[in-house]
Amino acid sequence: MTGVPTLLDERFRTAAAASGELDVAYDVLEDTPVGPLLVGVSERGLCRVHFDPEPEAELDLLARVFGPRVLRAPKALDRVRRELDEYFAGRRHAFDLELDLRATPEFHRRVLTELNRVEYGHTTTYGTLAAQVGAPRAARAVGTVMNRNPLPIVLPCHRVVGANGSLTGYGGGLDRKEWLLRLEGALL
Amino acid sequence: MSGIPPFELFYDSHKGEVLGFLRGRAGRDRADDLFQETFLRALRAYGRLEHGEHLRAWVLTIASNAIVDAARRERPTAELTTDPASEDDRPAVEELAPLTDGLPPKERAAVVLRYGYDLDYDAIGAALGSNEQAARQAASAGVRRLRKEKKQR
Repeated sequence: MTGVPTLLDERFRTAAAASGELDVAYDVLEDTPVGPLLVGVSERGLCRVHFDPEPEAELDLLARVFGPRVLRAPKALDRVRRELDEYFAGRRHAFDLELDLRATPEFHRRVLTELNRVEYGHTTTYGTLAAQVGAPRAARAVGTVMNRNPLPIVLPCHRVVGANGSLTGYGGGLDRKEWLLRLEGALL
Repeated sequence: MSGIPPFELFYDSHKGEVLGFLRGRAGRDRADDLFQETFLRALRAYGRLEHGEHLRAWVLTIASNAIVDAARRERPTAELTTDPASEDDRPAVEELAPLTDGLPPKERAAVVLRYGYDLDYDAIGAALGSNEQAARQAASAGVRRLRKEKKQR
């Protein structure tokens, strides 16, 4: 079997990203402070952020949701990578990225839109978010929305805590939630 | 579901063989450009595939056609000698290959992709770097030519 030289491989991936033919371009950011992150963009914007990715399962999921033309194309993620780097370095407090939430159900989207207004360094509670989307008794459902957040970190579900101030839970594990809140100065 | 793997897995499992195939046919110098051309064509057609079978043969057929097109661009009037079915690593569906050997490359590819791989014309057009109508015409011209040849035999 012929080995494909790295340069040739990268050249194709860059051309594919520029062709506008990809359903999702993704990359795995191997060494962020919260561990490996898979990030994916579609033509419409950021469509996936995932902790501890298991590439095969994740690729199948992306292909099912967005279409089969899913390719690792680091060039297409330049901006996402830069904004995340700045965020992790404490220099960015808000993301300036288009988001693609087309695969997210309507109620989830409403909650996530509300979540997106919670500012850097602040926290809110499941109950408050539920009330803000007009479903005051749906705190538990809001918890589910957080747990299935397709864009953690960027859509800041780590800023949602229990009514008594406990961290409660996090799709990426409580250690990461704690780390992110400390980074933002919301936890001392 | 559809059985079509994410493009990343398809690309990763076939890129080495495609590059080897292109180097063998077109030489090392040309193979790099043809490699990119082949997989960009495959990418364009990929969203229109209806099943994930014969992907290896499919991509090698696309590679053969990329070679033919490049040769034609370089020497538009030259006799085309590239015959995708004449070597051991031939890309075509095996049973169709001997029947279609005598067709011009474009017609042959269209016939093989249509009747061997059951692709629709939209996907064939994308794979051949043309369009649906051109693919339909090439396939029907190929079939007409085969009928004629059969009568003359």
